[in-house]
Amino acid sequence: MSLLEVNGLEAGYEDAVVLRGVSLHADAREIVAVIGPNGAGKSTMLKAVYGLVTRYAGSVRFAGEDVTGLRPDRLTRRGLNFVPQTENVFPSLTLSENVHVSALAVPKGERGAAVERVRELFPILAERPRQRAGTLSGGQRKLVALARALVTQPRLLLLDEPSAGLSPQAMETVFEKLVEINAIGVGVVMVEQNARRALALAHRGYVLDAGRNAIEGSGADLLRDPQVAELYLGGSRTTASSSNSTSTPSGMNPETK
Amino acid sequence: MSALLEVRDVVHAFGGVRAVDGATLDVEAGSITGLIGPNGAGKSTLFNCISGFLRPQSGSVLLEGKRIEKSAPHRIAQDGLVRTFQTPHALTRMTVLENVMLAAPRNGGERLGRGLAPSARRRERAVRARAHELLELVTLDAHADALAGTLSGGQRKLLDLVRALMVEPRILLLDEPMAGVSPTLRVELLGHVLALRDRDGVTLLIVEHDLDFVMRASDRVIVMNDGQVIAQGAPDEVRADERVVDAYLGARHEVA
Repeated sequence: MSLLEVNGLEAGYEDAVVLRGVSLHADAREIVAVIGPNGAGKSTMLKAVYGLVTRYAGSVRFAGEDVTGLRPDRLTRRGLNFVPQTENVFPSLTLSENVHVSALAVPKGERGAAVERVRELFPILAERPRQRAGTLSGGQRKLVALARALVTQPRLLLLDEPSAGLSPQAMETVFEKLVEINAIGVGVVMVEQNARRALALAHRGYVLDAGRNAIEGSGADLLRDPQVAELYLGGSRTTASSSNSTSTPSGMNPETK
Repeated sequence: MSALLEVRDVVHAFGGVRAVDGATLDVEAGSITGLIGPNGAGKSTLFNCISGFLRPQSGSVLLEGKRIEKSAPHRIAQDGLVRTFQTPHALTRMTVLENVMLAAPRNGGERLGRGLAPSARRRERAVRARAHELLELVTLDAHADALAGTLSGGQRKLLDLVRALMVEPRILLLDEPMAGVSPTLRVELLGHVLALRDRDGVTLLIVEHDLDFVMRASDRVIVMNDGQVIAQGAPDEVRADERVVDAYLGARHEVA
């Protein structure tokens, strides 16, 4: 049994049904990438798992228990946390305050140790504790958002496009941090549009299309699959993310499509 | 070629932070210029200064030799300079099609009685056809009658792009058009962006972190760091520039 098990999830907003039956699973040892076209339901899937949008059908199990319909704050206390794409820090609060606000979800006796742990993982917190989060660059902000989620001592993190809007260098920093977080035993389920980069990093990947599961497999298999490349990665070679230039032999070749 | 857009020593500070600190650059008519740089380099603030959403504290912005740095955004748009935003601004309770049609220039519908004139109806038909055509370009035509609020984040970016194109700008400023857009659509959009330049003669200035896109689309690439332009040139020159690698690309890209 996996740490997170999502079965036949249907969900949406008042104006539209977006998820039409999505199933996936993830373990604490895994990085799982979820990719797919715009409007496929990727972000909605994360929000439905985390109790932020209306669920119509299907179930969510976490750590062996049925958590379908549980409120986000309850899920956080059970070890499942979510980092939205934007509005994931309090801009007017300092870095230290941002982390301490999140730490309120941790039992009182463990808070000090939890804060200390994320401080070691994210040096920026120790370097600039009194800087307001709103004055950070995009990459730094994303790290603080990750730190805020991690201080709640999750076993699994749901991330909505962690690389969106980041410079190549900042994107690398964030992805490297995700690998580091995963190495200490925190599972990661991330939705990404930098799909090649995400699949290269992930143990497994899911392709969602039109609100349903389309294809799944190991990150490496999906990257090699010509059909996935054609339909979802923008052709048979690097196009989406320049960061692939070192990992793909062809590099940036302007000739091919 | 002459510069359609000239930015001269523009400074804009928020409190004590000089987000744009003496930026100078030219955008040649009929070209695609990529503007890259780390997060916080001042790219979006410079976009705001150029498009009238912020007034530079010093320096000047010239569009076809005419100073515009003190003009309001709608005046600048009427002069043919249109921009998109990193975070899209759709009218969520209107349909996708209505959002696009509203962006058409000289919208005659506001004036009482004009909606009945045959010429107005003809014009509306043309606007509607153009709107559908553009929506098809970004694979949103199937959602034409859906409320814009039901679109996903990535789809709203595409809607924003279509709204900007509806104005038929002479110069288009795109702020991270590829962020949140799927890889497959990125390839298609690259083709459309090139066609805008080659077929429609639109001049483009594009802020984008997808370097593959920037390097393939751009005639020239300008690099900003700490509010200033630190390098510019042809894509290959810029990619080989050591300052650019240090400030922006990172060691991973040195071999690229």
